[in-house]
Amino acid sequence: MAKKKSLGAIVKNGLLSENPTFRLVLGTCPTLAVTTSALNGIGMGLAATFVLIFSNLIVSLLRKFIPDNVRIPSFIVIISTFVTIVELVMKAFFPALNSALGVFIPLIVVNCIILARAEAFASKNGPLASAADGLGMGLGFTCAITLIGSVRELIGNGSIFGFQIMPAGYESMLLILMPAGGFLIFGLALGIFNAITMKKEGKEGANA
Amino acid sequence: MSNVTNILLFMVSCVLTHNFIFSRFLGCCPFLGVSKKVNTAASMGLAVTLVMTMASLITWCIYHFILIPLDVMYLQTCTFILVIAALVQVIEMFLKKTSPGLYKALGIYLPLITTNCAVLGVAVLNITEELNLGYAILNGLFGGLGFMLAIVLMAGVRERLETSKIPEPLKGFPLSLISASLMAVAFMGFGGLA
Repeated sequence: MAKKKSLGAIVKNGLLSENPTFRLVLGTCPTLAVTTSALNGIGMGLAATFVLIFSNLIVSLLRKFIPDNVRIPSFIVIISTFVTIVELVMKAFFPALNSALGVFIPLIVVNCIILARAEAFASKNGPLASAADGLGMGLGFTCAITLIGSVRELIGNGSIFGFQIMPAGYESMLLILMPAGGFLIFGLALGIFNAITMKKEGKEGANA
Repeated sequence: MSNVTNILLFMVSCVLTHNFIFSRFLGCCPFLGVSKKVNTAASMGLAVTLVMTMASLITWCIYHFILIPLDVMYLQTCTFILVIAALVQVIEMFLKKTSPGLYKALGIYLPLITTNCAVLGVAVLNITEELNLGYAILNGLFGGLGFMLAIVLMAGVRERLETSKIPEPLKGFPLSLISASLMAVAFMGFGGLA
């Protein structure tokens, strides 16, 4: 029972208190680049989650066999294997998403979140906990970039997931879909997230 | 003659209009992480430029002379990242021996060049955009210089921000991102050039 709870706690840790995008500010490149629409965000997030879970699992299983000196190259080989799987699956079944995400699919290999979790968590913990950590981190990442994608799509295109939300007369702000808008929305989102956490911590501090 | 113009245009577009950070979003992690001081930013930019140029050369050759003849193009991602990792390791050992100061200044971000998306990104883009070897190397070199320009400018802005009064929740990353956004708007102004 205690173990089950700790697994849940690990997942929650990745989702909220150590959210890779908002708290650790890792993996900023895909966060900025593919979030021009909510659908791209969720596609990217799920692809990264898949890679995270399995690379964490394998790294954790092999952690006693990998010599310390060559651990980073070994991690990268493991990660790139799963990325290649994702790449081939995307090409075969989701060609539209594949062309929308473009170069950022192979670039999942160098997403700092994945290597950082392999190094900081999976190489020190058991396989189950590591897979849970991968799931939590992956979902945290997915939620964050889907959220940013939705905001950018809403402002820049007047829709979310392709459904028109804004009334017909809405003048879409193209700037938000451009790189500048990506930086802006991500910066503001981060600021809001910080403000909320600070308020919460302030309250907890007052209670204690 | 027109060939020379093309090459010049290509260089300008790599540095300004297709800037790796502001229009392609490649290499944002070090861009945000190592842009606190102009000095470290410049050395990081230099290291990235070096790695990007060499990686462009080596990965292009590997793809065209090894992967295509053997018909194993799907191994692209795996091979490229390994080559880059090895390259970074060599540069790290070299720096450790020759300039320990720089080595210390770059700290954890030096091994992290391996996971700098700009490096793998330029290698993959060279292949998907079907550039020839000359252009691939130029893409690496001038893309790297564009990265350096962006990160040094950013460091300059952030050094000024350090001393100014800003709302608590916006401190650090959020404000850096917002400044980056304004810089990206400025870089869009170069759009008419090439």
